[in-house]
Amino acid sequence: MNPPLTAWLEGVGCLAPGLPDWPTARAVLRGEQVYAHVPTVLPAPAILPPAERRRASRVVKLALAVGLEAAAQAGADVAQAGADVAQLATVFSASGADGHNCHALCEQLASDDRQISPTRFHNSVHNAAAGYWGIATGAMAPCQVICAYDASFGAGLLDALGQVVVDRQTTLLIAYDSEYPEPLFATRPVPDCAGIGLVLAPDRTPRSLAQITVRPTAAVAEPLADAALETLRIAIPALRALPLLHRLALGEGGSLVVDYLPPMQLSIALQPC
Amino acid sequence: MTPLLLSATTATTCLGRGLAATRSALREGRSGLAPCAFETVELATWIGEVPGVDNERLPAPLAAYDCRNNRLTQMALETDGFAERVRQAIARHGRDRVGIFLGTSTAGILQTELAYRRRDPQTGALPADFHYRTTHNSFSLAEFTRDYFGLTGMAMAISTACSSSAKVFAAAARQLALGSIDAAIVGGVDTLCLTTLYGFASLQLTSPQPCRPYDAERDGISIGEGAAFALLERADGVANTPAAGSVLLLGTGESSDAYHMSSPHPEGLGARLAMQAALRSAGLGTADIDYINLHGTATPANDAAEGKAVAALFGDRVPCSSTKGATGHTLGAAGAVEAVICALALTDGFLPGSPGTHRRDPALPIDYLLQGRPAHPRHVLSNSFGFGGSNCSLIFGVAP
Repeated sequence: MNPPLTAWLEGVGCLAPGLPDWPTARAVLRGEQVYAHVPTVLPAPAILPPAERRRASRVVKLALAVGLEAAAQAGADVAQAGADVAQLATVFSASGADGHNCHALCEQLASDDRQISPTRFHNSVHNAAAGYWGIATGAMAPCQVICAYDASFGAGLLDALGQVVVDRQTTLLIAYDSEYPEPLFATRPVPDCAGIGLVLAPDRTPRSLAQITVRPTAAVAEPLADAALETLRIAIPALRALPLLHRLALGEGGSLVVDYLPPMQLSIALQPC
Repeated sequence: MTPLLLSATTATTCLGRGLAATRSALREGRSGLAPCAFETVELATWIGEVPGVDNERLPAPLAAYDCRNNRLTQMALETDGFAERVRQAIARHGRDRVGIFLGTSTAGILQTELAYRRRDPQTGALPADFHYRTTHNSFSLAEFTRDYFGLTGMAMAISTACSSSAKVFAAAARQLALGSIDAAIVGGVDTLCLTTLYGFASLQLTSPQPCRPYDAERDGISIGEGAAFALLERADGVANTPAAGSVLLLGTGESSDAYHMSSPHPEGLGARLAMQAALRSAGLGTADIDYINLHGTATPANDAAEGKAVAALFGDRVPCSSTKGATGHTLGAAGAVEAVICALALTDGFLPGSPGTHRRDPALPIDYLLQGRPAHPRHVLSNSFGFGGSNCSLIFGVAP
C-alpha cells in the first residue's frame, strides 16, 4: 500500500487583492464580511537586512509576507523564536518570476546598451524570493522552487506533501504570483500580486487546524459562490487554493477539488481538528 | 531512501549529441568550448554551444512551443533511444503514472529577448507570433515534454538557478516513494540567451578564456547550454530487479546557504550540509564515496567555498573533478548533465579529468583530477549549487 498524501495544516497565510491577511480572508470566505476589491498592499519586509530590504521587489515582499504569516500561526514566529522558522523546509511555487525586473532586462537587452545591472540579473532568477527568504530567516533547510504555469499551486502542494510524508519534515508552502507590466502583461494577464502560505506537518500538534489528504481526480474545482473571488481564483494561479481556504474557513469537513494540470486535478479531503 | 533505477539516460552538450559523444570527449579530455559567437552577443568570453539546435523542427501540433530551449529538449529526448524508453515506460505504467520533473534557469527567455526587438512601434506590443506560455515560462519545457509524450499526470518545473536539475531527482524520488507515480522523466534543459550571457558578465563572473575549474588562476565561468534526461523507476519491483551494473540513485541532499543572492557561503557551509544530507539519505559514509563530480564553476569564490566543504568532509582522499571545463556551465541543466556524467563514470569505470585546468589551487586540499583515469567507482557524488544559496548533492551507485 502506498502511504496517503496527507499532512496536518498548522498555519495559513494569505495576501491578495482585498484580502490583506488570513483573518480577513477567513471572514470573507465565511460570509461574515463583504469582499471589497482593492489592489494588493505589500508590507515592507522588516526582517530583511536594510541593504536587501531596499532591493526587495514585489514578489519578495509578497512571498515573505505570506510565508511569515503562515509560520507565525504555526508557532514558528521569527520575532520570538528565530530558530523555529529556520527549521521549516520550504517550497516556493510561482507561475513566473519578478515580472517588472524581467521587463526591464528584456527592454535593455533589446537596446543598444546591453550592460544590465548585476542586481537586476540576480533578481531575475525564479528562486529570488526563496533566496531572500533564506537570508531573512537564516533557514538552511531544503528549499524547493517550482513553476507549473497555472498549475503551480498544485505542483507546489504535491512536492510539499512529498517532503512532509517521505522526509517527515514540517514544510512551508509559499505559492505566489505577481503581474507583468506591458507588453508582457498582454501575453500573461495576471492582474495583481497574490500569495498563499501553508505550514504542513507530518504529525498532529496542539496547533493543528485540520488534516488534509490529497488524491488525484478528474473532477474540476467547483466555482466559488462569490463572483469576485471566483474571478481572482481563475486570474491568479496561487489562488487556485481558494476552495481549500474556503472549506478551512467554514471549519467543515469534506472534500473539495483544486485545479492542477488537466486532466489531473487534486481532490483534497479536509478534516478540521 | 530506497534506491531508484536510472533505466535510461541521455545528455547533449557542446561535447556532442548523446552518450557516445559525451563519453569519447571525456575520455579524450576534450573541451567543447569556443569563443562566443552566439546570436548578436559581443562579449569576450567562451561558450559551450550545441551545434544544430536550430535545425530541429517541432511537430506541427506543438508549433507554439517552438524556441531554442524546446528544440534542444526535443533533440535530447530523441537521442540514445530515450524517447523510445519513455514510451515503453508509458506502456508499462500508464499515461497518468509517468511524472515529469525538469529543471531550467531561463527556459525559452531568448524568445522574449528577440520579441522585444520586434515590438510594435506605435503600441509597444509584442509580435503576434510570440507565445509566452509555451516558450518563456519556466514550465514550458515540462509542458512541452508532457504534450510530446501525451502524458496526463504529474508535471513540474524546478527552477533554483544552477541547482535546478539536480533537485528534480529529489522531487521525483519523493513522488516515487509515495507511489503517486511509477516512473519519472527527470532532467534539465537550458539554452544560451542574452540574459545569462550579459548577466554573468555584469557580475564579472565570466572568464575571457576557457574556464579553469579549481585552477589557482581561475577567473570565471564559461557559459554552456545542454539537455540531459534520466528515466527513474523503482528498483525493487519483482519485474524490475535491476541488472548487475545498472546505475541507481542512492541518495539526495538539499540545503540552503541563507547567506547571499549571488555569492556562496565563504566556508561552503550550505554545500557541506547538502553533501551530508545526501550521505544520510544514501546510508553511506564519506569513506564509501569513490569520486565527486564537483560543481566547480571556476569562479574564485565558488570553487573556494566548495573546495573547503569537500576538504572538511572528505579530506584529500576522494578523487574529484569538475567537468565544466569540458561542457561549460550549463546552468539549470548542469545537475542533470553531471548526473549523466556520473552514470558514465560508474558504467565505464572512468573518472573524468578537468580540461582547461593547468595548476591546482594549492589552497584547496582535495584530490583534484587534472587528467581522467580508469577506476572502478562504486559510489559517486555530484554537487550542484545555485544563486539564492540553493544546494543539492546526489549520490549514484551501481547495482551489485
